[in-house]
Amino acid sequence: MTSRNINFKHRVAVVSAGMTLFRSRMLETPQELAWLAAKQALDEAGLTLKDIDCVVIGSAPDAFDGVHMKGEYLAEGAGGIHKPTIRVFVGGATGVFVPIAAWWHVASGLCKKVLVVAEEKMSHAAKPHTQYVFRYIWDPIVEKPLNPNLIWIFAMEMHRYMYKCGVKKEDIALVSVKNKRNACGHPSAQLCMPNITVDDVLKSEVLVWPVQLLDISPTSDGAVALVLASEEEARRITDTPVWIKGVGWTLDTTHWTNRDLAYPEYVRRAAEMAYRMAGIDNPRKQIDVAEPYDPFDYKELHHMEGLGLARKCEAPVLTREGVTQRDGDLPINPSGGLLGVGNPIAAAGLMKVAEIFWQIRGEAGARQVKKPVYTGLAQAWGDLMQAGTVIVMGI
Amino acid sequence: MTGPTKPINPRGTKYDRVEFPVFEFPVVGKARYNYTTGEALGRFLAGLKEGKILGTYCNKCGRVFVPPRMYCSYCFREVDGWVEARDEGVVNTAVMSYISATRARLERPVAVGVIKLDVPGYQFDDHFFPGLMHYICGASEDDVKSMKIFGARVKARWKPPEQRTGSITDIECFEVARP
Ligand SMILES: [Zn+2]
Repeated sequence: MTSRNINFKHRVAVVSAGMTLFRSRMLETPQELAWLAAKQALDEAGLTLKDIDCVVIGSAPDAFDGVHMKGEYLAEGAGGIHKPTIRVFVGGATGVFVPIAAWWHVASGLCKKVLVVAEEKMSHAAKPHTQYVFRYIWDPIVEKPLNPNLIWIFAMEMHRYMYKCGVKKEDIALVSVKNKRNACGHPSAQLCMPNITVDDVLKSEVLVWPVQLLDISPTSDGAVALVLASEEEARRITDTPVWIKGVGWTLDTTHWTNRDLAYPEYVRRAAEMAYRMAGIDNPRKQIDVAEPYDPFDYKELHHMEGLGLARKCEAPVLTREGVTQRDGDLPINPSGGLLGVGNPIAAAGLMKVAEIFWQIRGEAGARQVKKPVYTGLAQAWGDLMQAGTVIVMGI
Repeated sequence: MTGPTKPINPRGTKYDRVEFPVFEFPVVGKARYNYTTGEALGRFLAGLKEGKILGTYCNKCGRVFVPPRMYCSYCFREVDGWVEARDEGVVNTAVMSYISATRARLERPVAVGVIKLDVPGYQFDDHFFPGLMHYICGASEDDVKSMKIFGARVKARWKPPEQRTGSITDIECFEVARP
């Protein structure tokens, strides 16, 4: 038996979700994107901003927008004026950290209804290339003088994983193929490649071997919003609330050259926390659908293993056998993930939480997985293989 | 079992690059950062200038830290002292970069990787070890792509002493040892 030694006062539900288009180079400002998503979520819940007690904002790296104090800047479009408003950010893990922070606002009894908004525009910093602003992520003393490109680090992790697990590039490309095809059912998706093949991925531009262009998600702008409510309020707002059953988050050291990159420890620890809270002791059997973070195709495999949805080195096998397809036994990223729907960093993580919400409510339309969904999971990861965030939701 | 596809009618406008009036704000002047080296890395950089790779160790958990820290972040106590790593080790992971820091195509690709360093008197598994990211020289594209380079022994190629500045680039690269 798993012990549930985490205490909270109130059960917390997701009652609505909103989402903009995900595209590269959107006309709307970050504030306008946030407003579009937030308004959609409020409308769907039948609420106005007056009904909202607190606002939680997520946006990942300031450097992308060229705006310091991004939370304060974004608050206006996110409905945060004259309310207790907070921005959280843990790099790419932010998108799933926003509903976690909103969860503790409600679980503690502090707020009854919380507006949760994540927004990102990657296209602002496109000169000379979006990659350029990522140089500030590296250690200034021992790494930056080597003039690294951000993709180096992911290529190093991917290659180590391939080496340790004996995984072929063909097997990893299957993830990109699956997700870019899945995205065709998503009204917000940036990419839809119904006929993409493993061969297309393997023939795409080599950036940092083993990473090629189609192994990576596109750069995107976009916003996603949720409304979270306490049990009493949730039952008033909707007949079909989706409960947040468990949350978990951890940080590992930024000294990433000191540890084995083949296995994501930061995800394992975050998942253990979330599972303990949700009473899950066999995730492979108890999770019906999952949206692990997939800015790179190998990351989906890596994260499935960290989440205990596959044993170490088993995720490529499950993928090859079709287990992770939308109609498979364990559907993974039926939304299309970051590889298909797009990667406006914090918004992409929250998109995954919204997708689990829609999957559990049976509202995912063409993306709806074939098996019944009672319990789902979303996960994100950020920075130098270091920040992990996990949320488990269910009916 | 399926209702309408959510989200319904998501909004947002993709702009055409030519038509949209982008407002460009350049960084003005020549702003630079001065990063402090701190206690541990300051000594590490001074060591590099002398051709030494220095680390620290924690007696409580047995970890050896390269790059060094002045505290053990696991035991949350001060480290017990300094050790000198060999300027040799094995390749833990390696990749071949075809792009620069700004994503421009490189004329010739470069190999980079993580070097797991030897420290006399200590044994390390893959879970936690002294390791540095650096260039790998003497490796062909095939050596990297075929993963033959994994586990290969490498040795630091140092700049001549008079050219060293106390930087990670005082090591030019880690060179593959040929039998
Ligand atoms: Zn220690």
